[in-house]
Amino acid sequence: MPAFDDGSRVSFGADEFVFVELSAEMSLATTLRVIAITDELRNREIPGLVDICPAHVSYMVRVSPEELDPRDVVPRLADIHRAAAGSVGLTIRARVIDLPIFYNDPWTHETLMRFRDRHQAPDLTDLEYSARLNGFQDVDELIAAHSSSPFIATFIGFVPGNAESYQLVPRDRQLEVPKYLRPRTDTPARALGHGGAFTTIYPVRGAGGFQLFGRSPLPVFDAGQRLPDFADSIVLPRSGDIFKYRPIDRDEYDDLRRQVEQGDFRYRIHETVFDLGAFTADPVGYNRTLLEVLADD
Amino acid sequence: MIEVVAPGLHSSVQDRGRSGYYAVGVPPSGAMDLFAHDAANALVGNAPDAAGLEITFLGPTLTFQVATVIAVTGATVDVAFSNGRRIPLWTSQLVRAGQTVRFAAMSSGARAYLAVRGGIDTPVVMGSRSTYSLSGLGGLDGRTLRAGDLLQIGTDVLPGSRHRPGVQVPDELRPTYPAEQEIRVVPGLCDYRLTGEATEVLYSTPYAVTVEANRTGYRFQGEPLEFLDRTAPFGAGHDPSNVVNLGYPVGSIQAPSGTELICLLRDAVTGGGYATIGTVISADLDLIAQSKAPDQVLFRPVSVETALAERAVRARRLAAIRQLALI
Repeated sequence: MPAFDDGSRVSFGADEFVFVELSAEMSLATTLRVIAITDELRNREIPGLVDICPAHVSYMVRVSPEELDPRDVVPRLADIHRAAAGSVGLTIRARVIDLPIFYNDPWTHETLMRFRDRHQAPDLTDLEYSARLNGFQDVDELIAAHSSSPFIATFIGFVPGNAESYQLVPRDRQLEVPKYLRPRTDTPARALGHGGAFTTIYPVRGAGGFQLFGRSPLPVFDAGQRLPDFADSIVLPRSGDIFKYRPIDRDEYDDLRRQVEQGDFRYRIHETVFDLGAFTADPVGYNRTLLEVLADD
Repeated sequence: MIEVVAPGLHSSVQDRGRSGYYAVGVPPSGAMDLFAHDAANALVGNAPDAAGLEITFLGPTLTFQVATVIAVTGATVDVAFSNGRRIPLWTSQLVRAGQTVRFAAMSSGARAYLAVRGGIDTPVVMGSRSTYSLSGLGGLDGRTLRAGDLLQIGTDVLPGSRHRPGVQVPDELRPTYPAEQEIRVVPGLCDYRLTGEATEVLYSTPYAVTVEANRTGYRFQGEPLEFLDRTAPFGAGHDPSNVVNLGYPVGSIQAPSGTELICLLRDAVTGGGYATIGTVISADLDLIAQSKAPDQVLFRPVSVETALAERAVRARRLAAIRQLALI
């Protein structure tokens, strides 16, 4: 199977899938290229193309072969890759979303203490271990680093509502932690976890291997579509969403839980455009501008 | 209405599955053995989208409150009325109001399919009635059946089809489910991460189905596979089988740490961080669905052309069955 002109590897996932890997290594520039390519593909509304699934540095599509031969998809993808090759000032449409987080909360603490035998550092909490590994004095410094710069959702998947998000900071400031030695068999719903360079909020209770930092009072998955912001979809996150994790205390957590349970909570969501060039030129200044929309509320 | 007297081990409402939600993490779900499911629908004159029951290993006991026509396909299983009269497999069968149908344990294969004329009517969720129990979507309240459940019968029949018991799928159109079989795989995805020797091993030594085998995926045990040494790319993780998280096709095979193979099926997790090394062709996913521990499979590499050709063969066999039911 030949590669595309830009070096992307393309291959068939049997008769229903085509898989394209742009790079083996994580980089924001590649993610934005994936989003731009898959957005363009979606805009073309090709009959028989039933699923378009962007990931961090790769994507895949699923076809209904009775309507669209997967072999005919490849030249169309090559064409889109070629057209997107020269785009220097890569921008994507994005949403900035305020996500309050109760860091160091009692529920994830109780859970992680139950699984110390599966952890690299049984004598430390996940936050203490991650702070030490990333050269911080204490847990508060880690929380400040995690919550001061926003994250961008670069891969939606695994289970409904899961969104792996990458912090909008240069690579040397990325928080990197390993996953548990052996995954936990339990994680509270809405726990915030960090693994590799990625943060996610666990949509539902279940197994997991990310280091646990805190808990969100707000759901990212709503099967019954009770909350108004889930009217169009059972999941909150979309590829390219920019999450600002905002530290909150127990009182605000309880108050937000009450609003969620009453069914009238509305998320703070602002449409914007993310400009990779502007971000790369001045990450700190760009993030400040990006987050100003939330301050206006 | 159908009353669930006993639910069996793992019985769920399934149709052909849902499309268009993979990107938000919702897998297709639907019947694991689509051929058997489609054949059952054809035998009772249902529309292709009608939902039926997928019955795993040990079947349920069901009481029909109305007269209807049913068909049981897939795994070999004793199915009988409460008076002991046997119900033939791969055959449409009249059931009278008040009759109880009992499924025993399966002797060959792992999953049987029950179609009821008109289909099982549960709410359509994201375009399908299929149960995805991991997230509680679809089917009957998003879960497998329980004793006391009541199943509504729908109206998803083929226009012009009649209530016709006694239609039989001839032997030559019925699949068999041997304990040793060949499973065809289109190599690709991240298989460039394997050593040449590992690729040899993967396609020349048998792998055994383990007990960790369900609708999400099947684990296989056999010769370990070696991945090429490398400096871990940023974001991938240190194990040589790790990749920067990517999408997993239904049917894709991965080898975490090279020590076991996992083939993802219709309730797949839609992505993750292990290198995928090939994808089982759609036609053979039906065969995996009928395998169980300690069955053995031999993976055989084929081209995408073969995958498409075998898909067409399966479609022609189904068309022949539909034709029989219509005559």
